[in-house]
Amino acid sequence: MIVDGRPVTGEPRPGQCLRTWLREQGTTAVKKGCDAGDCGACSVLVDGQPVHSCVHPAVRAVGHEVTTAAGLGTPEAPSPVQQRFLDAQGFQCGFCTAGYVVTATALAEEDGTVQRDGLAQAFKGNLCRCTGYRSIRDALAGKTNVAATGAFGCSTAAPAGRRLVTGREHFTLDLPTEGVLHAKLLASPHPHARITRIDTSRAEALPGVHLVLTHRDAPDVLYSTGRHDSRLDDPDDTRLLDDVVRFRGQRVAVVVADSVAVAEQALGLLEVEYAVLPAVLDPEEARRPGAPLVHGEKSPTASRIADPSRNVVAQTHGEVGDVAAGLAAAAHRVSGTWRTSRVTHAAMETHGARGWLDEDGRLVVRSATQVPFLVRDELAHVLDLDPDRVRVVTGRVGGGFGGKQEMLVEDVVALAVLRTGRPVQLELTREEQFTMAPGRHPMRVEVELGADAEGVLTAIRLDVLSDTGAYGNHGPGVMFHACHESVALYRCANKRVDAEAVYTHNVPAGAFRGYGLGQVLLGIESALDELAREVGISATEIRRRNVVRPGDEFVVNGPPDTDLVFGSYGLDQCLDLVEDALARGDGDPAPPGWLVGEGMAPAMIATIPPRGHHAEATVTREPDGTVTVGVGTAEFGNGTATVHVQLVAEELGIDPALVRVRGGDTDAATYDTGAFGSTGSVVAGGAVVAAARDLRAQLDAGAGTDGGPVVGRGEHHGSPRSVAFNVHGVRVAIDPATGELRILRSVHALDAGVVINPEQLRGQVDGGVAQGIGSALLEDVRIAGDGEVTTRTFRGYRVPQMGDVPTTEVLFADTHDTLGPHGAKSMSEAPYNPVAPALANAVRDALGVRPHELPMTRDRLWRLARNARSSTPPSTPPATPPATPPATQEEP
Amino acid sequence: MDLNTVTSFRRPTAREDLRLGAGETLLAGGTWLFSEPQPGTTGLVDLTTLGWPAVELLEDGTLRIGATCTVAELVGSPLVDPLAPLVRSAADALLMSFKIQHAATVGGNIALALPAGAMTSLTAGLGGVAVVWTPDGGERREPVAELVRGVGTTSLAAGEVLRAVDVPPAALAVRTAFRRMSLTPHGRSASVVVGAGDRITVTAATTRPVVLDAGRLEEGLAAVDCWYDDPHGAPDWRAAVTATLAREVVRELGA
Repeated sequence: MIVDGRPVTGEPRPGQCLRTWLREQGTTAVKKGCDAGDCGACSVLVDGQPVHSCVHPAVRAVGHEVTTAAGLGTPEAPSPVQQRFLDAQGFQCGFCTAGYVVTATALAEEDGTVQRDGLAQAFKGNLCRCTGYRSIRDALAGKTNVAATGAFGCSTAAPAGRRLVTGREHFTLDLPTEGVLHAKLLASPHPHARITRIDTSRAEALPGVHLVLTHRDAPDVLYSTGRHDSRLDDPDDTRLLDDVVRFRGQRVAVVVADSVAVAEQALGLLEVEYAVLPAVLDPEEARRPGAPLVHGEKSPTASRIADPSRNVVAQTHGEVGDVAAGLAAAAHRVSGTWRTSRVTHAAMETHGARGWLDEDGRLVVRSATQVPFLVRDELAHVLDLDPDRVRVVTGRVGGGFGGKQEMLVEDVVALAVLRTGRPVQLELTREEQFTMAPGRHPMRVEVELGADAEGVLTAIRLDVLSDTGAYGNHGPGVMFHACHESVALYRCANKRVDAEAVYTHNVPAGAFRGYGLGQVLLGIESALDELAREVGISATEIRRRNVVRPGDEFVVNGPPDTDLVFGSYGLDQCLDLVEDALARGDGDPAPPGWLVGEGMAPAMIATIPPRGHHAEATVTREPDGTVTVGVGTAEFGNGTATVHVQLVAEELGIDPALVRVRGGDTDAATYDTGAFGSTGSVVAGGAVVAAARDLRAQLDAGAGTDGGPVVGRGEHHGSPRSVAFNVHGVRVAIDPATGELRILRSVHALDAGVVINPEQLRGQVDGGVAQGIGSALLEDVRIAGDGEVTTRTFRGYRVPQMGDVPTTEVLFADTHDTLGPHGAKSMSEAPYNPVAPALANAVRDALGVRPHELPMTRDRLWRLARNARSSTPPSTPPATPPATPPATQEEP
Repeated sequence: MDLNTVTSFRRPTAREDLRLGAGETLLAGGTWLFSEPQPGTTGLVDLTTLGWPAVELLEDGTLRIGATCTVAELVGSPLVDPLAPLVRSAADALLMSFKIQHAATVGGNIALALPAGAMTSLTAGLGGVAVVWTPDGGERREPVAELVRGVGTTSLAAGEVLRAVDVPPAALAVRTAFRRMSLTPHGRSASVVVGAGDRITVTAATTRPVVLDAGRLEEGLAAVDCWYDDPHGAPDWRAAVTATLAREVVRELGA
């Protein structure tokens, strides 16, 4: 076999796929996204023919020529297609990029041109979760998005671009495989059971097995996979391995062996007996008396669970003003109940980590994580180690979206390394991502609104039920955040919010882009849309009359926030921009006979999570004149590495080419809470700016004249916090005969303060909108009545493909934030939030009947259209507000 | 993905070599076999080494599609020119990308018996007849529309091998039409309707192929009792959409 021009000898195993064979040869340009032929991240050319190497029998490639992205070009001399991906910046995390480059090469002419016709069909086998495909389409079309200059405010190219497009950037597990042991997990076949017996002897006797871990080996420490700056934010309800399993798919035992194959074989030799316990899968049922308790034996105080006897992990019940009076005084009242689905992050790189002991015997874990410092600290806590004896590093991380704000594999890897003394790796399969890893919290959102004759809100009543699944990681945080900016966006004297996050025996939910806001916004923004109809004013106008503006306080159901301020305010601009864009009436024409509707929704988000977010950074002037940034955050397509380079170059007045970033390593900085809550630019970036200023001051004072390195230090502590805004607008057409929905026009306006890098910012919006479209129209992780996740592959699920995502016009408000670095605000999760409600409102406009459930798939839209024809929608009678209990506000 | 339980890979050169040992399974394109765990499979027997012609025109005008003919080979074969638009539509209806079509085979797609199997849609739609090698060295023939019995089940017995699909000469001469619907523009088919003359064949929407007579379409649709339910579309919607698509097909063919 010839691989990238290099002869490779040896005989693949008979059942081996080409992907793993290539990686064993050190050809790590081929990635594992799905391992099932669905995603295209492993695409290679075999004798010039493009194939998915994960479903190509390796033995069939023997005697043939195999070309990966690494064989098509080099960072110094990229191929024409690779150059186009660089020019357009047609990537974010870059995990899918090598596969894209290979596939495009197979279709391209000599000069890299890919025919524009049929792109959606040609690339349906190449999934990208970050970009929303716009920048990839730009690359295929030969468009240049990157600026020639690297200055602040310009579309500077991502530093890793050349390595990414040529398949050379090393992601988490792109490491040599020799001498590494592999861990595999035994999954529970029951949603709730007590393990009464585990016999590991047959598995341990299998040659090549080094270790079997069961609950007997797990430290008697409860923790949470969800990570926050304060470990007290999440309930301590999880053991590394437990003698009670609480969802189907939960890990029961771990086998560590010479190879994945041996480990898999050994799993089959484990003998486990279970006493099956009653399970509850419905979150409404879970709160009822007599429901099976998921963590009933745990202490509410020690584990920080609001009410284990009711399966309630977190709750808030509170009121400001008098909602009953506000509703009674209202000229118009609307109400409804909305439901959202479980969604998988579908980061192209699955969860994975490899650990080893360094020369000093220190535990090193290289992990696909957004939060290396938080994982380090929690590993130390769980395994009773000094944090100084743990180092957590990242490679390039292949997509996060909140899913990697968890400690899902590092704990197992660390324990296995400590027990064996050997390097150990655990890489989740795509199926395990569906059955074992947390996704988006499904929510039931009940809203009641009252307004006066002018459409000014007199009352907001919100009741939310969030299904956190079997474990409470991010359950409290998501619930509080979901009900926060969504409600605080509106000025209204009378507000009541009741929300509970409950345990069920479903696969856990966790942190996911928007952190709950998108779910609650579906309810609130749908209800407001209905209210505008009742009042007889436009959807935009009712927002204008009710949104907060500078001078207002941010109020939910208790005292106003104390550290949230209007660093800048561009919501008014965003509303105007979207209204004007839709009013132009341009966009695709609707097919004859289809029903057309428009919808919009706004969203607000705090620029930094509450309760502490810290970064410490260094900026070092090296003896050779280059500058090194030491910062804790990881790069996973969020673009912070680019932003940090731009910030430092701007502060020091130097060429960005002289700046390099060393990040994602607990040894590279003293501390960083991590890249979540959209903080890579404003918190880590704030620390980087402070460090650069410190360096400049030292240099101005004459430091470093001897030619030695000079280190500037800076920090940022995430408070006070500002607010950013997004408004999404769409026009859709729906075929009532089939339920097919086409987005004719999509426009998104945002207030991110001063724009540091327009192309990257637009990319964050494109990606957020695409994920919003996925949640709104396509995606649904299904769980059967026995607790089994039935959507376990990408082809059984619907991650948006290129053909599912239209181009969105992205418009920037012009504001200057008083808090963020150089006037910038964060903007990465937020674009997701208003998309589903905007689409739902457009569906209502088109069909005359309001959708109440996500995803709005074609079968559901067809039913809605049919019901609209056969009857007018039943109006929900306004519910009487419950007797007001004393306001309680339980912050986690 | 790696099939870690597999320890042997046989390359048969003659029909006798197709007798499967314990744990052995037939490998064609491999695009499905390698896409899911195959517990219990210990050996692969590679059908592609038998050198079956991809597409042949038999003396009586029958179009014989070899079971190991890849989707891309079928699309590219000049012998299917009369059916080119239909074949292209069916290939595009496959959920998997054009890269997979270079490896995935017609026989493999049929033998999988997925409701959305686009090669089942195509060959059943054309009245194709499966040529099945029986373990005793003989051969039996069965219409593809009947060979596929339900979701993941066929009439193929242990030891039987799908050798080819014969498309009768008459099918090459009639007008054809194709419609499909899925939850997303390029997603897994939720309904595929193929019209060939008076023959209207529904797949994807039903658990097995359903053949209707264009002249008695409504009656036929009303009698369908196997609408499929999975995450790619609810059965009531599939039924309604199929009716719409089938009427369009009949209208197109009647025009």
